[in-house]
Amino acid sequence: MSDMKPPLALLAELTHRCPMRCAYCSNPLALDPSSAELDTATWCRIIDEAAEMGILQIHFSGGEPTIRKDLEILSAHAAERGLYANLITSGVLLDEARIESLARSGLAHAQLSIQDCEEEAGDWIGGLAGAHARKWKVAEWLGKAGMALTVNAVITRHNAERVGAMIDLAESWGATRVEVANVQYYGWGLLNRAVLMPTREQLMAMTKVVEAARERLRGVMVIDYVIPDYYADRPKSCMGGWARRFLNVTPSGRVLPCHAAETIPGLVFETVHDRPLKAIWADNPAFERYRGIAGMPETCQACDRREIDWGGCRCQALALAGSAEAVDPTCEKSPLHEEVQALAAREAVSGHRDIVYRSFSLEKSDPSGKAR
Amino acid sequence: MKRERVIIGAASVPRFSPHVRFQEDKVGGRWVVLGPERMFVPDEIAVHILQRLDGAKDVAAIAAELAAAFDAPLETVENDVITLLQDLADKVVIIA
Repeated sequence: MSDMKPPLALLAELTHRCPMRCAYCSNPLALDPSSAELDTATWCRIIDEAAEMGILQIHFSGGEPTIRKDLEILSAHAAERGLYANLITSGVLLDEARIESLARSGLAHAQLSIQDCEEEAGDWIGGLAGAHARKWKVAEWLGKAGMALTVNAVITRHNAERVGAMIDLAESWGATRVEVANVQYYGWGLLNRAVLMPTREQLMAMTKVVEAARERLRGVMVIDYVIPDYYADRPKSCMGGWARRFLNVTPSGRVLPCHAAETIPGLVFETVHDRPLKAIWADNPAFERYRGIAGMPETCQACDRREIDWGGCRCQALALAGSAEAVDPTCEKSPLHEEVQALAAREAVSGHRDIVYRSFSLEKSDPSGKAR
Repeated sequence: MKRERVIIGAASVPRFSPHVRFQEDKVGGRWVVLGPERMFVPDEIAVHILQRLDGAKDVAAIAAELAAAFDAPLETVENDVITLLQDLADKVVIIA
């Protein structure tokens, strides 16, 4: 395994705590409690291990990573070790002083999520009153602090018509990049899929808006576009391939190839206390299981897109076909492809508005007390 | 604060965008350009160009240095530098 390439990036899920309760959250349904979180010293050791194995980027994520008071220590440590340190945040816990402190700590970039460009709709999806208004201030403070900014615009059927306005908002905030990120259906997002799924017509319309914006904003703002692959003919290259580009460490220290990997039964993952990251990456059996061409379903192994799509998503195969060994049903080569497209189309017009909000104890609630 | 597309010419003074880091990947034995969820590995010629982006030199000066270092015709080198940097400016990797 000495010739194995290291992953590009470490996804450091510092915490599962988050004041927002987003309907689309990709965190697992069983969230790690704060008492299980790794301490500062352990995260610093993980950053050292990541740098030594050749990882180039670290994404501080969660949950809401700014809930951790040691975030500056960790980002400074990452910067010192030469890692490109990226903060993935909802912004709602930030004030101007904290942003200045984070900007000084060595972060290379911040990614701020927005749930909409309209307050009521955004706060409904995010499950937190006042969140939307807060983000406007946060964007302003990030700009004042000189922090490079990506706006992550999360798209559902409830805001699909406002994709253009959200891109304009990102531009007005001085972002150099915007992610038009259609929800991917994992974790809480999968649970709420019928509430969130857009129609195919909405998808086609937003694709046109994105293409026009890309042309207009060339050299000004990069637009990354992630579609809901339920409507695609070929699956997304999830994580750039299982255990190929990314390494994920959960709040309590479990080492995964992606944040949904633990949904797959039978896989045994190690923790940062068991072995160094490099050893886990090299030969942990769960990482090896679906890695590379050898780990793909036979249909994928024989496909000329095997090193483009990398076999799609094993977690999605499990969620939609009932087996992680199956062809990802978002691929037209899956026998379930038409069924999945029909399912998406049906859910998109279902009229469901009953969000199961993210929480440490799974229960149904609606902060507004009324359906919109 | 409306920004506009940068058009690279001989008098442009290019530098990396604030969100971009150009650095040596010591483990991988190469130079890399890093951005949010982006990484690319510039070829050898591009590395020579990118190493000269210091926010002070203009494109003409960068091209002159490279033409001298590699004993190549200045006009060709300058065109190559402009082509590369325009592509990177359009991806907001550099600004000028």
